[in-house]
Amino acid sequence: MEHRKLVCICCPMGCTLDIALNGIEILGITGHNCSKGKIYGEKECTAPVRTLTTTIETVNGCSKRIPVKTELDIPKEKLFDCVKELKNIQVTAPIHIGDVILKNIADTGVNIVATAECESANE
Amino acid sequence: MQEIDLLIIGGGPAGLAAAVAAKEQGINNILILERESRLGGILNQCIHNGFGLHIFKEELTGPEYAHRFVQRIESLNIAYKTSTMVIDMNKDRQVTAVNKRDGVFTIKAKAIVLAMGCRERPRGALNIPGARCAGILTAGTAQRFVNMEGMLPGKNIVILGSGDIGLIMARRMTLEGARVLAVVELLPYSAGLTRNLVQCLDDFNIPLLLSHTVTKIIGKDRVEGVYIAPVDNNRKPLQDHEIYIACDTLLLSVGLLPENELSKRAGIKLSPLTGGAEVNQDRETNIEGIFSCGNVLHVHDLVDHVTEEGYIAGEAAAKFLRNPVRSAAQVPVKASKSVRYVVPQFINTQDMNRSLDLSFRVTDMYIDQYVSVYFDTIRVFHQKRKILTPGEMQKVKIPMDTLQNCSKYNEASILVEEE
Repeated sequence: MEHRKLVCICCPMGCTLDIALNGIEILGITGHNCSKGKIYGEKECTAPVRTLTTTIETVNGCSKRIPVKTELDIPKEKLFDCVKELKNIQVTAPIHIGDVILKNIADTGVNIVATAECESANE
Repeated sequence: MQEIDLLIIGGGPAGLAAAVAAKEQGINNILILERESRLGGILNQCIHNGFGLHIFKEELTGPEYAHRFVQRIESLNIAYKTSTMVIDMNKDRQVTAVNKRDGVFTIKAKAIVLAMGCRERPRGALNIPGARCAGILTAGTAQRFVNMEGMLPGKNIVILGSGDIGLIMARRMTLEGARVLAVVELLPYSAGLTRNLVQCLDDFNIPLLLSHTVTKIIGKDRVEGVYIAPVDNNRKPLQDHEIYIACDTLLLSVGLLPENELSKRAGIKLSPLTGGAEVNQDRETNIEGIFSCGNVLHVHDLVDHVTEEGYIAGEAAAKFLRNPVRSAAQVPVKASKSVRYVVPQFINTQDMNRSLDLSFRVTDMYIDQYVSVYFDTIRVFHQKRKILTPGEMQKVKIPMDTLQNCSKYNEASILVEEE
């Protein structure tokens, strides 16, 4: 059995959670002051997820780069794989908010979408 | 000289919210002046998510949050000029601005909303000894380089200050391939939000050194390293415990300052506590018809709160335009025990037509204590808060019926008490 310490992010209280683990099986959580903390601790220990945001180079856009995000949360350990895959991608303007820039990034089943508008430079 | 009803200086979240609110109140002759090439303000470079949880009940990135308001501006046909810099303003509400198309021009406005935002404290405000070489920049400048220009300003980074922008940039630069060696914070607690500490530092095993500071910067043309040392209770560095960290870049995330140069030119009275204007509950300054909202009034943690304040200022400006008469009757609001500052600083006791929104920050961390508001010695508001921290702005809302008799009191005060 091992113990993992996490700081809960559900509210500014920032409770320090102590999670007793056997592999990925949770044996017990202490230190939380509300039920949100328990759920957060369980999720963080079994399947932590994050939203990735970054920017991508544009071609013929009125701005040099376009901000993008993963449409849904992705497994935390895939963050760097996703950034790598986006590294040398270019996208041609015009680009609209919500446009899919790349499908199924790093085999996560999640799409990369634009989070801003980018008009063509010559308009 | 062009004459307009409402001029809004700054097209970031505060200015856009003020414009939307005023327009919805029936004010048609509105103009927004923005110095960047597009509306949205600093949100355009804040590509991370976490915006809008209060206003939209969902998590948006900065550009997405801005876009929602830009769409409102477009659909409401509110006029704006981008790439336009305001260079002067006086108490008669004459504003001089400059841009490429119009040259230098002056506008006379019946009302003005100030929404110029804030800027970062630079190295010069800290007096860090050592070399004046390349590689020392504020976290926001780095954010602009990485997110908008596509350039990584360094490879081995030390960050001084644990403000949210610094934490966000620790993650951002790590994802882009830089190594963040440490985040160094003078205070014994972080200035940033807990979620940023966890998701930006803990996720990437970036050490946070509390009660530490940078004592010297080494480098000739470019930063080669920094000395850091722990500090004692008086925040004085303990030189004997100094250690050297080799790095090529020092980012500063050491606080934000409201940008009030224009306000000063118009003779607007500023608060030494907030760096912003002193205002009444309408967010009106000491100069009649000039309102202030967002980070130029006081530095916020959440854009949602900036938007809410923009709405208040915009609605109040519309009310002023309909009936530009103001009574002098004001009750001061004082930040009392354990409260560092409170906004607004005055209550205008005539024409109380909405509840009173007070924003404040506490001086220390308090757990399970009460926030109270007194009119002289009478307690009119009392609410338990699970946790109060200096890093998170607090708000209280005092209902309108409580305020009806407040003109007979000398002052209001807000404080933290145990029961």
